[in-house]
Amino acid sequence: MSWHALEFYFLALMACAFALAVVFAANVVRMAFYLILSLGATAGLFFLAGADFVGAMQLMMYVGGTLVLLVFGVMLTAQGPWVSIRTSGGEWVLAALVGGSLLAVLVPTAMRLDPAPNHEHAAVPGTAHKSENKAPDAKASTEPQTTRPTATRIGLGLIGAPTSGTSGYLLPFEAISIHLLVVLIGAAYLARPKRRARPKLVESDEA
Amino acid sequence: MPDLQTIGLSHYLIVGAIMFVCGAVCMATKRNALGVLMGIELVLNGANVNFVAFGSDFLRRNPAYGIGLDGQIIALFVIVLAAAEAAVALAIVLNFYNNHSTVDVDRADELKG
Repeated sequence: MSWHALEFYFLALMACAFALAVVFAANVVRMAFYLILSLGATAGLFFLAGADFVGAMQLMMYVGGTLVLLVFGVMLTAQGPWVSIRTSGGEWVLAALVGGSLLAVLVPTAMRLDPAPNHEHAAVPGTAHKSENKAPDAKASTEPQTTRPTATRIGLGLIGAPTSGTSGYLLPFEAISIHLLVVLIGAAYLARPKRRARPKLVESDEA
Repeated sequence: MPDLQTIGLSHYLIVGAIMFVCGAVCMATKRNALGVLMGIELVLNGANVNFVAFGSDFLRRNPAYGIGLDGQIIALFVIVLAAAEAAVALAIVLNFYNNHSTVDVDRADELKG
């Protein structure tokens, strides 16, 4: 078994196990911690898939930004009885039913997408000669033109220069920039302190 | 059944499916509003795994399924959207907590007809 496969199984096991731990943990502080580990393992999976820039962004923005925000939310609200709220048994059964059936649809579909190395390549005529080079097991991962860092090509794609392998993404980039600006202003507006807090809340703030 | 020795597209898709289902179950069962938010993060991350896997050149897959670098760029957009969504949802949760002194979503039933 190659190192690629071993590292994949390790990271995939971590990501899935901690995702399950998020579901089954009752304490919200532990849920946040498991979520950090799960998303960190997912960043490792991105690195393993050759997406170095996306993996770094996952670590910096998701784990370093979004989840820190979430942990702050947990710290601000997890007081006394609200640290762990139990779910009733009936809801668990219903959710397990829905989740299990969703998994039963998704996993066989994902397995059918994986071609047997030889007979699928014959079925795709335009790429037949190219895929013959890739056919012997994991040798495709050592192609020189794909081992370059992806940051340059992603940056060129984001400023709208369609290079080989990307389309131009200038308009979605601008749209998402404005979206982020508006959302942050809206979030700051929503979370602003009220002028007249209720007396009970003022007491609990001081205590 | 996928090949266990060589990591292919379907391995990543299965990981993405498991994370997606975990997130969906988390959204459905948690009564803490922040738990629901964590379920949303898991769902978005499962989708991101699929985008990166389809865009990767390092996995054994049918070449017809490749979407090149577009998958990684869309994954970046998803990360930004998740950050924006987390900021707004956290502001709403804090507002709810200030008004009701709880984060139990089952108590947010004032609009019930």
